[in-house]
Amino acid sequence: MEQRKGAAVVIIGGGVTGLSAGWWLARSGVDVLVLEKNIVGWEASGRNGGGATHVYSPFGLEEQRLWPLMDELLGYPTEHQPYRIGVALSEAQLALARRWAEIGETRGFKWELLDRRQLKELVPIVGDNAIGGTYLHFGGHANPQRTVQAYAWALQDHGGRILQHTTVTGLTTRGGRVTAVETTQGTFGADTVIIAAGPQTGLFADMLGVFLPLAPARVEMIATEPLPLMRHGGVAGNGLYGRQTLRGNLVYGGGPHEWINVPDMATPDHPNTPLVRNLARRLAELLPGAAHLRVIRAWGGVAENTPDGLPVIDRLSSPDNVILATMSSVGFGLSPAAGKGISELVMHGRCLFADLSALALSRFADTPPDWRERAGWISTSASVAETAARGSR
Amino acid sequence: MDFDERLCRRDCRPGLAVTVDKRSIAEKAPRPERHVAVVVVGAGAAGVAAAIEAARAGVEVLLIDENPIDNDMMAMDVPLYFGQRMQPSVRNRALMMERVVETNPALAEAHEAGVDVQLGTYVWGAFVNGPTVRELPGPMLGLADARRSWLVGYDRLIVAAGARDVAMGFPGWERAGAMGANGAVSLLTRYRALGSQRMVIVGSGDLGLRTAALALESGVAVAGIVEVANTVRGDEAIARSLAGRGVPLYIAHTIREARGRVGEIDSVVLVQVDESLKPVAGSEREIACDTVCLALGLAPNVELLHLVGARLAFDSALGGWIPELNDQMQTSVPTVFAAGDCTGVHDAMLADPEIARTQGRLAGIAAAQSLGAATPPKIPLPHRGRGQGEGAVHTHWQTWLQSLINAGGLDVNICQCEEVTRRELVDVRPPRYLKWESPQMEARSLDTMLRDGPVNQDQIKRLTRAGMGPCQSRRCREQVGLLLAQAAATSIDRIPLPSFRPPIRPLPMNVLWPTDEPAAMREDWVSWFGIPTQFSPHWEAGMAIAEPTAQTRLILSDE
Repeated sequence: MEQRKGAAVVIIGGGVTGLSAGWWLARSGVDVLVLEKNIVGWEASGRNGGGATHVYSPFGLEEQRLWPLMDELLGYPTEHQPYRIGVALSEAQLALARRWAEIGETRGFKWELLDRRQLKELVPIVGDNAIGGTYLHFGGHANPQRTVQAYAWALQDHGGRILQHTTVTGLTTRGGRVTAVETTQGTFGADTVIIAAGPQTGLFADMLGVFLPLAPARVEMIATEPLPLMRHGGVAGNGLYGRQTLRGNLVYGGGPHEWINVPDMATPDHPNTPLVRNLARRLAELLPGAAHLRVIRAWGGVAENTPDGLPVIDRLSSPDNVILATMSSVGFGLSPAAGKGISELVMHGRCLFADLSALALSRFADTPPDWRERAGWISTSASVAETAARGSR
Repeated sequence: MDFDERLCRRDCRPGLAVTVDKRSIAEKAPRPERHVAVVVVGAGAAGVAAAIEAARAGVEVLLIDENPIDNDMMAMDVPLYFGQRMQPSVRNRALMMERVVETNPALAEAHEAGVDVQLGTYVWGAFVNGPTVRELPGPMLGLADARRSWLVGYDRLIVAAGARDVAMGFPGWERAGAMGANGAVSLLTRYRALGSQRMVIVGSGDLGLRTAALALESGVAVAGIVEVANTVRGDEAIARSLAGRGVPLYIAHTIREARGRVGEIDSVVLVQVDESLKPVAGSEREIACDTVCLALGLAPNVELLHLVGARLAFDSALGGWIPELNDQMQTSVPTVFAAGDCTGVHDAMLADPEIARTQGRLAGIAAAQSLGAATPPKIPLPHRGRGQGEGAVHTHWQTWLQSLINAGGLDVNICQCEEVTRRELVDVRPPRYLKWESPQMEARSLDTMLRDGPVNQDQIKRLTRAGMGPCQSRRCREQVGLLLAQAAATSIDRIPLPSFRPPIRPLPMNVLWPTDEPAAMREDWVSWFGIPTQFSPHWEAGMAIAEPTAQTRLILSDE
């Protein structure tokens, strides 16, 4: 295998988490190399709702502090917009929206409860089916596609390197450390390795004899033709996440996911299904004034989850120069802070601005290998077929 | 803990408990409202022939065609480049339905043969199981009319979706009256509703010449045929006949601009080009016309074939990406067949619809046979013609593009929907409405991106928005690819096929939405995974956020 120029920190995965970590490292003067099997941000990092309102997270306060600065820090546009509006069509939905708001309040953020009239002033396309809403003076949203490219370019501007179309095939371990990363384009030496490979993060952990429970799933979104810009684009509710983009399109997702298997390093397919119809219905219910808008596009993505839906950001004890980083399907909005935390884990041995103990891998030490089956986090069709195959042996 | 444990009801070991994640799609996938043995998409020559053969072989056949297309869809240049040259009569659905039926006598024959013919019906999606979609009860199509959408399952699918005009921009091409030849032919022949008095045709291949002849027969004046090459590219006999009827041919010319009142075309300015495709000073010529009809060539409609996962290959002579087929017109997906222009267009097909018809018959027979119908006599496979003009059509398109750039510059919209210019495309500018300026952005361009990997049209689309508008990139897909290939000094076949996503017709939410949503879909709907701890504050163990219906069991340890 050809020996290529390695780096102090080699990052496996050019998604939003790996790119942000790489950017923070590069701007601190660390020599970084990102290895991406396809194009940066090509998977779930570039195909998501763009929400940036996660104040419940250990990274939440830093997320809120950083987003308004990101355009300037990166030097490229992220389309970040502040504020969120929650629309409720039922008491249960209003209770949920309030809980989101109240969690923000406990962290010192402001919010207002809206009656229907106030809600309609802010969001003229809500209907009489709305009972009220919440107006968060925090949180926001950004454009995932633009943001991932911004991280990548800014990382390069600080001297970091990105190799696209480079699939990692193996990890060379020596003396309790990973010393090199093997790829389809040669072998790269590394002092520290960050594994931020989305649904494939668990496969890399396997290579190191470490059990990282991850269940990948396929999710879908739709996009409409543009309509004139509302005062705030961050409007969601009725079981949908999403936003109005700065171009004016309504871009929303939600609803049932499909648990899948990602058996190898190949990019999983992410087609759409007839679920796009149900998404159109939920969106037309949420914003009846826009029900006549045309759906011009839909897309799908694959997101991975840990058993408790929380990230694993942790440095392994053996090999001791490897950091696992999965955001458990909620990575985009938190990426400015998560990347910073990971970079501090590399440079200082711990995250300086937040306590990441809740994100340690050790919490899954007793997780049984068949946890997905037990939770039902599998395709039932697949499980039946596979069970039948097992039974016939 | 409250979680749903049910007995496995299928053919596995009895008594085995299967836990179902109620937030997942498991057991909620939609059932099509109807199932048909063979569905044929497109009632052109190929599609009707396929439907008739399959029906005669004794198989149940549904033939779907979107004509008559509603005025709003036409106004978006979907599915063809109609260029706002529809007469107001296209709003009269009943009249248009009459004309669509009456101008396609084969439809009556199909009806006689027992084919269920559904007109005015869009096919907006195709859905099949695969490695990451396993819950569908079977392959199905998404259909819609002006009022609602529905799903139809099939055993065999025959795609006869036709071809689409390849468009290229010039100053003023946003005006009403810039249109495509297939759009014009459709309005002339199917609808008898072309709102043009006097057209200039761009392109002297068979497509342009035949469109000119058809226009003349229909009483539309043809003020000229423009050709960037040094000779007429199409059939000499037709060219002579057109010349005899006084149609001027402007050889070695290109378009400088279209002019007119606000939003309208009243004239087009042509300019002669030299051997290096540069405009010849003083050679401008303004020609009065209300329509500039682009007859540069045709691109096969492969969206549905892509969605079902049929393998596509690039063949420039036949218009670009086309399905790989065996001699039974079967694609790489055994349940899917294709016929007619969507399998690759060449000039002989324009001259003789019998070629598409034979392809259709083959596909119809093969589809029926694959379902166990009796074996009818074998039909010889029609040979593929020489292509759209001599040699690779994309080379010719590049010549056109270069001449248009030389005459009209780079500050011309390449994507009308999103108002992205050629310059903004190759500079990979963020959209104008962001009003973004930074030295870092200034330093980025297609050239800098090429250092990181080969050009990818989808990636450039995301950054510039070229191709992201309501026409679903029908007017810009090819010219964006050609310009990117030119700017990246690569050939267009080396650029990966830009993606197609459903809905492949832009449909209103209140048409697309299902009226037959199963109760479980609503009851168990959550915005994300419904994992109670996912969004719970890390500092307060008891304050878990759960969406109203969530009752998921967490498996954190082996209890």
